[in-house]
Amino acid sequence: MDSSVNRRSVLKMSGLLVVAFSLAPRFTIASASVVAKPVTPDLVDSYLAIGRDGRITVYSGKVDLGTGLRTALTQIVAEELDVPLGHVTLVQGDTLLTPDQGPSFGSLSIQNGGAQLRRAAATARRALLERAAVKFKTDASTLSIRDGVIVGPNSRELALGSVVGGRMLSLKLDQNAPLKSPADFKLVGKPVRRLDIPDKVTGRFTFMQDFKRPGMLHGRVIRPSGIGATLVSYDESSISAIPGIVKVVRIENFLGVVAKSEWSAIKAARQLSVEWSAWGGLPEQSQIWEHVRHTKILKDDITSNRGDSEAALIGAPRKLAATYDFAIHTHGSIGPSCAVAEFEKGTLTCWTASQATHNLRKQLAAMLGVADESVRCIYVDGAGCYGRNGHEDAAADAVLLARAVGQPVRVQWMRADEHGWDPKGPPTLLDLRAGLDADGKISAWESELFIPSGIAGFVALVGADHAGLNSLGQLSPGGVINDLAIPYAIPNVKTTAHRLESTPFKPSWIRSPGRMQNTFANECFLDEIAAATGADPLELRLQYLHDARGEELLERLAALSNWRQRPKPDRQGEIVTGRGLAYIKYELVRTYVGVVAEVQVNTQSGEIVAKRFQIAHDCGQIINPDGLRNQIEGNVIQTVSRVLKEEVKFDRSMVTSLDWGSYPILTFPEVPEVVMDLIDRPNEVPWGGGEPTAAVVPSAIANAVFDATGVRLRSVPFTPSKVKSALGRA
Amino acid sequence: MPGTQLNVNGKSVSVFVDDPNVPLLYVLRDNLGLHGPRFGCGLGQCGACTVHIDGVAVRSCVMPLSAVRGKVVTLEGLGSEARPHPLQRAFIEEQAVQCGYCINGMIMQSAALLRRTPKPSEDQIRQELAANLCRCGTHLRILRAVMRAAET
Repeated sequence: MDSSVNRRSVLKMSGLLVVAFSLAPRFTIASASVVAKPVTPDLVDSYLAIGRDGRITVYSGKVDLGTGLRTALTQIVAEELDVPLGHVTLVQGDTLLTPDQGPSFGSLSIQNGGAQLRRAAATARRALLERAAVKFKTDASTLSIRDGVIVGPNSRELALGSVVGGRMLSLKLDQNAPLKSPADFKLVGKPVRRLDIPDKVTGRFTFMQDFKRPGMLHGRVIRPSGIGATLVSYDESSISAIPGIVKVVRIENFLGVVAKSEWSAIKAARQLSVEWSAWGGLPEQSQIWEHVRHTKILKDDITSNRGDSEAALIGAPRKLAATYDFAIHTHGSIGPSCAVAEFEKGTLTCWTASQATHNLRKQLAAMLGVADESVRCIYVDGAGCYGRNGHEDAAADAVLLARAVGQPVRVQWMRADEHGWDPKGPPTLLDLRAGLDADGKISAWESELFIPSGIAGFVALVGADHAGLNSLGQLSPGGVINDLAIPYAIPNVKTTAHRLESTPFKPSWIRSPGRMQNTFANECFLDEIAAATGADPLELRLQYLHDARGEELLERLAALSNWRQRPKPDRQGEIVTGRGLAYIKYELVRTYVGVVAEVQVNTQSGEIVAKRFQIAHDCGQIINPDGLRNQIEGNVIQTVSRVLKEEVKFDRSMVTSLDWGSYPILTFPEVPEVVMDLIDRPNEVPWGGGEPTAAVVPSAIANAVFDATGVRLRSVPFTPSKVKSALGRA
Repeated sequence: MPGTQLNVNGKSVSVFVDDPNVPLLYVLRDNLGLHGPRFGCGLGQCGACTVHIDGVAVRSCVMPLSAVRGKVVTLEGLGSEARPHPLQRAFIEEQAVQCGYCINGMIMQSAALLRRTPKPSEDQIRQELAANLCRCGTHLRILRAVMRAAET
């Protein structure tokens, strides 16, 4: 498969072959020439290489996190160059070989990464035809490429590889290079099967967790008993009976063990007798929202401000106000974070499933106090990654242990490491207020968001923090103030993000960070306004949307869900059913999504069952419709899990929800049906699909629960006890 | 130290371990190089490590080597790319993978179900997979794939 060819080629290019792979690579590039390869974003050679055999190697800084990106990017390049899909191989996230296209987050890998690759391919295509034209002694406009062969006058043919002859193209990326017309697309827009799936269903795919190096040892870390606890002492004799222990590594409060076998490392980490200082600096979980509300505000970000919302609110004959909160979440990847680190001749190579290898490189270099050039990070696909999870931290652990023992070390986190020490989606609190005029029209809208300060910057590496080393860490919750502003034409609006000095757990971004929480509050509050004014939730949105594409989307949603003819809820009985609607224009500038959720509520047990989601989705040009459907289904199911079940539990010292029993996620019997209408716009730019649907799921569920019960749920997760409590108050 | 005899994917193998209570998972992955079964939780809670012992789905992360009696089959032994098991073929047909880390468990658990119940209902499949966790949200495709395999 191309996926494993890809990894084999990466290994080959690293100049070090690995015994685990017995198949010969389908193509090779000598190490020396590889080192000379450019990675600057302005050159075609940074993104593409055309071999003598006509095969295309794509160098992508964006990586496939289990989303199908590898296949989609391969489609884009093969389409633009008119070569067969099988002639294109993707190298991902290797800091020595691939350009820094930014982390693979924010639903930007197709939108930005794909667009860059398409431009590179288009620039290359034009140059190939021009060079072929010289050979044919004709004009380039008379030439075309068919299945990787340049076809000229009188059906003369020239192999693509022979035009370039294995040399670099030495071209600037041209933003104006002519693009292929969507009308001629053969691969883009088609449900091409994912390249990685056959290997993944037969056990032949090499995940990060499977990756091995010659002479590799196994490391495990021993984390403090409390987030800020310090290491008092440890007793190596407590593990003396375990065979194969290579070293116990202590660097200040960083503690790890290295062993010859994985099982010995695991046993040693469990058995090592360690004393930590007492630490109890976390707030009481039951007081979390008071804690958030009273955390020091560093600054206010006003994300939208039009008219005079304050005066309009004062003057409004009718006012509404509500407070929404959204619990702390963990990433919860099924495969705990893993990395392999190896030092050779003063340089570090780190194999990692990080979504941001170029950033990780900088952080590891800072941690080691060396130049960035002394560190190479190479992406290897890991278990699903939905944001900045623990992969970077596992990398730091592996690096610190490998440095201490002078041999390659693999670290895989245990489940409790992952649940306990991955950076968390921060607790999010929102106050909303609206004013209605005498006609019931919305005259004012105000929101206040309480959210940690910072952007999607460097999240400090756990191991570095414990070792007292600088890893460039800052408070980095992600782009969490997006979608606090609203897409509706209300005359007086002010949306304010209070940026907090701290939050109980080191934050990071988890799928649709901030956008999900802000949209939860906005779309629930709009539903409250609809109920208060007797308006239909769909018609109310259409009334305030001045956006033809958004309106078309909502009409498609109405048709798909039969919204205008939907059954009226019957609020009597033990089990009641309701439907709720929500809408987003992602970050107000891209992908449109509308959703109708259908839920059942057991009014005795308080249990919510999500039955069905109907979705209209417009992300512009669709690269791979089946891949997009897969992503949208995942968005829905994962977010249903987050909304109905998930909440990190903690005491004053530490996370206490350290396994799947204490942090349950959605299971098969609870999974809803998902129906969707994909709006394909081949002539528009492609926007992202990895996140936007997630953002509308929480409010759609809450609005459906209101439809079913007449009760508002304003606190995620909607656990049975919260539902019962809300029903009791109704 | 004498080796421990195992039958894995139809072959007799001898493995040398320093702890007879090492979970089967690490023997399969680290000693035998079989990467189908994966470490997810080490607690028997997620199913990523599922293998068959005499056709029954077991969690290899909590199965001590010393307790293994019977023939072990991993995802690699279920079928290959050239000769896929009907479930493997169905997972490809339905594109029932996102990251794929849990897929070993989904296929192995479902294979055990189909062995007992060749024509399960959707509800039976949901119940069978209730303790197999997927974080990407690929459940609907997995259900379709198992139903497709049951039809063949």
